[in-house]
Amino acid sequence: MTDISERSRAEVEAILQGRSRRAAAFSLVREASLIPVLIVLVVVGTVVNSAFLTTANFSGIGQQVSALGVTVVGESLILLIGGMDLSLEGTYGLAPTVAAWLMVPALEYGSGAMLNPYLAILVLLLVGAAIGLINGLLIVKGRLNGFIVTLGMTIVLAGLQQGIVKGNTLFNLPAAFNYLGAREYGQVPVSLIVTAVIFVATGLFLRYHRVGRAIYAVGGNREAARAAGIKVDRVRIGVYVVGSVLAAVGGLMEAGRVSAVTGSQGYQEGIIFAVFAAAVIGGVSLRGGRGNMVGAASGVVLLGLVQNILDLSNVSNYWIEAVDGAVILFALLLARVIGGEATAE
Amino acid sequence: MTDSADPAASAAGPPGPAVEATGIYKQFGGTQALRGVDLSLQPGRCLGLVGRNGAGKSTLVSILSGIYAADAGLVRFDGQPAPPLGAPGAWRSRIATVFQHSMVVPGLTVAENVFLGHQPGQAGLVDWRRMREQSRQIMADWGFRLDVSQPCANLSVEQRQIVEIARALAAGTRCLLLDEPTAALERAAIQRLFARVRQLVSSGVAVLYISHHLEEVFEICQDAAVIRDGELVLTAPIARLSKEQLVAAMVGRPPAADGRVADAPAAGRSEGDELRARVANADGGTTTGESGLVVEHLRADTPQGTLRGVSLEVRPGERVGVTGLLSAGVSTLARAVAGAAPYESGTVRLDGQRLVPGRRDLALRAGVGYIPEDRQAEGFVAQLGVAENGTMSIVDWLARRLGWLRPRARTGAMAPLARTLSIVSSGLGQPVGELSGGNQQKVTVARAIARQPRLIVAIAPTRGVDVASKSLLLAELAAVTERSGSGLLLATDELSDLDICDRVVVLVRGEQFAEFSAPPFDREALIAATEGLAGRVPGAGPQPSAERDGRGERD
Repeated sequence: MTDISERSRAEVEAILQGRSRRAAAFSLVREASLIPVLIVLVVVGTVVNSAFLTTANFSGIGQQVSALGVTVVGESLILLIGGMDLSLEGTYGLAPTVAAWLMVPALEYGSGAMLNPYLAILVLLLVGAAIGLINGLLIVKGRLNGFIVTLGMTIVLAGLQQGIVKGNTLFNLPAAFNYLGAREYGQVPVSLIVTAVIFVATGLFLRYHRVGRAIYAVGGNREAARAAGIKVDRVRIGVYVVGSVLAAVGGLMEAGRVSAVTGSQGYQEGIIFAVFAAAVIGGVSLRGGRGNMVGAASGVVLLGLVQNILDLSNVSNYWIEAVDGAVILFALLLARVIGGEATAE
Repeated sequence: MTDSADPAASAAGPPGPAVEATGIYKQFGGTQALRGVDLSLQPGRCLGLVGRNGAGKSTLVSILSGIYAADAGLVRFDGQPAPPLGAPGAWRSRIATVFQHSMVVPGLTVAENVFLGHQPGQAGLVDWRRMREQSRQIMADWGFRLDVSQPCANLSVEQRQIVEIARALAAGTRCLLLDEPTAALERAAIQRLFARVRQLVSSGVAVLYISHHLEEVFEICQDAAVIRDGELVLTAPIARLSKEQLVAAMVGRPPAADGRVADAPAAGRSEGDELRARVANADGGTTTGESGLVVEHLRADTPQGTLRGVSLEVRPGERVGVTGLLSAGVSTLARAVAGAAPYESGTVRLDGQRLVPGRRDLALRAGVGYIPEDRQAEGFVAQLGVAENGTMSIVDWLARRLGWLRPRARTGAMAPLARTLSIVSSGLGQPVGELSGGNQQKVTVARAIARQPRLIVAIAPTRGVDVASKSLLLAELAAVTERSGSGLLLATDELSDLDICDRVVVLVRGEQFAEFSAPPFDREALIAATEGLAGRVPGAGPQPSAERDGRGERD
């Protein structure tokens, strides 16, 4: 028995090292699979408009995709546990609406409470957490289907948002509230920095934290995770909460970027399609358990570039959404071809 | 009990067989399920068909009821060739099958179910009144008391069977296949079913009765047939058979794939002894006291099986096997103990600590390792690596401050386990979904033993595992219990797994039926016990005292 284990010890260690190197190379190839597409897009953009390849334009793209990016992180987490959340777009609109309403004077269609902007941001985060908690409890404890629950929740949230703003625009927001979405350091938007930090932190968390690993286990095989003693329900509800909080932060960035909150932010803009598309293009599986933050980030960048190139080209405003949608569908197909079976499922 | 009403036992010339199957062959993939089966059913007689799991019973039923076509051979009804496969209506007027799982449509009324697919009426319109009257007539003719206008959703399992039998009779069938009809019935309901079957038989219906419970076959059948490895090895009037002969015919030689030689008891035992000798060094030092697993009066009702008040103890270092037929509640018991499934009443205690029903996470922390029955469903996460799956139960040990986890900590913890269990993979990072079935099972075992549990609950741990890995897995499970003094609850229908156990409990219909307290366990005595028989088997050699708790309630 002993000599066998001596031999296999050496074998195992040799295999271990060879394997980990190969595995690392393999996953790098998969994660970088969108880079050629991104390069092609940059070339196309440069040809389409000379204003494309400028620092100012890229700074603008960065600011534009940040709000989307943070929301994509939230949706990716929810997709990883094998769930889905359509109501993130509702949260993205309602959370900043509530916060702005509490800060703005009654004459400007606010509540007149004139809340401190820092407290308002806290309220915004709490609104996000509450929505996520309700979704999570309904889906996990109430055993309802996530699709229909979050679809219903979307409508409720959008309705609340309409009820609060009553067709008006909440503007004149305090600078502290706009800071995240509007300020720049040099030519780098604060929102871009924060979004990048969120992506990196989430990526590290998913890879090196026990809860992050539990997320993959729950999404990959819920019953196996349960049998291994993971508190599956708690992980799932927690992820719904975190996802919604991130969507609320995305909404805060968007409100800051345009220095106003309207009734149309989120649901009426229909951002949920872009959110799902970015995640799926980036290789986050709709079946759960597969995907990472490198992929999700490249999906976000790809969508940002497409949007920017369409803005800069001479596509008529009336047709731009049709073209936008078609390009995203094409990108999904492309991601599937490049990423193989595992992606775009 | 074998005094079955048998008027025409050897009357020379009955009118001819109602069903006659000759030379039936059927192959599925690489498995020859049936090899030249000849079977005939006589009107007014009930033939009991028995055989172990996988012997070919269900395949034969499927061919006789027109679900599959035979590769070779002929089925004749009343001397005429069987209708083509694509004509279910024609088959149903010939032969009707009552399956183990009900085939009634719950949303429809009793009358609609009785006439399902051929409702009386004209031009596509259903003549409701005629349908109800005819249904009522059938029920009255056969003495079934059932309101024909109530929906079937309200019916009990027993009543649904009545509907199915009535459906067969409505179609004019004179031949019935009953496929394990008593599996879901209470004892009193079984007696009522038997009365109905006897009535049908005495009025000239031919019945094929399939059951795992041999005593039932002796009770209501006139003839018995034994199928083994796809062949009919015995057909005889029941009056000339003993239970021992029937069991011996069912067991026969163990299948070659088992890796055993023909004389199973001797060879099997020596292998078991060897295994035991390899692991048993400190067997004398069995701890006594109140520690270990104590299960009391466990009752549960799940789709997989029912428990009717099972009590059981596993002392530290003790290996207890639980076995029984598929529906006997074996895996239900193990899942309840592991916290993987809730139960209705009763208690599960480990070292005096009461475990919360249905909370696998708490059971794990209390010291219960779990090897689930279906590894695809519960054993591992396919896209995650070997190390990650194997150490999933100990992440809280591996994690550093604030829950951060180094991949190296995982591989470090997994490497020794992978060595002991000889897990073959291209590396500890390889996704478990890419491994062979045997290696996947080893990863599942690694996950269970990584936490050094005080009790391991294993359900069918060697299912679908090759012979070499099988004995390695069993030896490792035994070795773990020796090393750490943890108990083992081994729930399995694979009798050779039980070789590592100190004690075997046999469940029948969710109740403790027999206990074998000293190894080696006799294969045939075990099988007889799982079938609900407690008799001794001739030529079986020294036999442990079966039915230690001999409540004798099953006559």
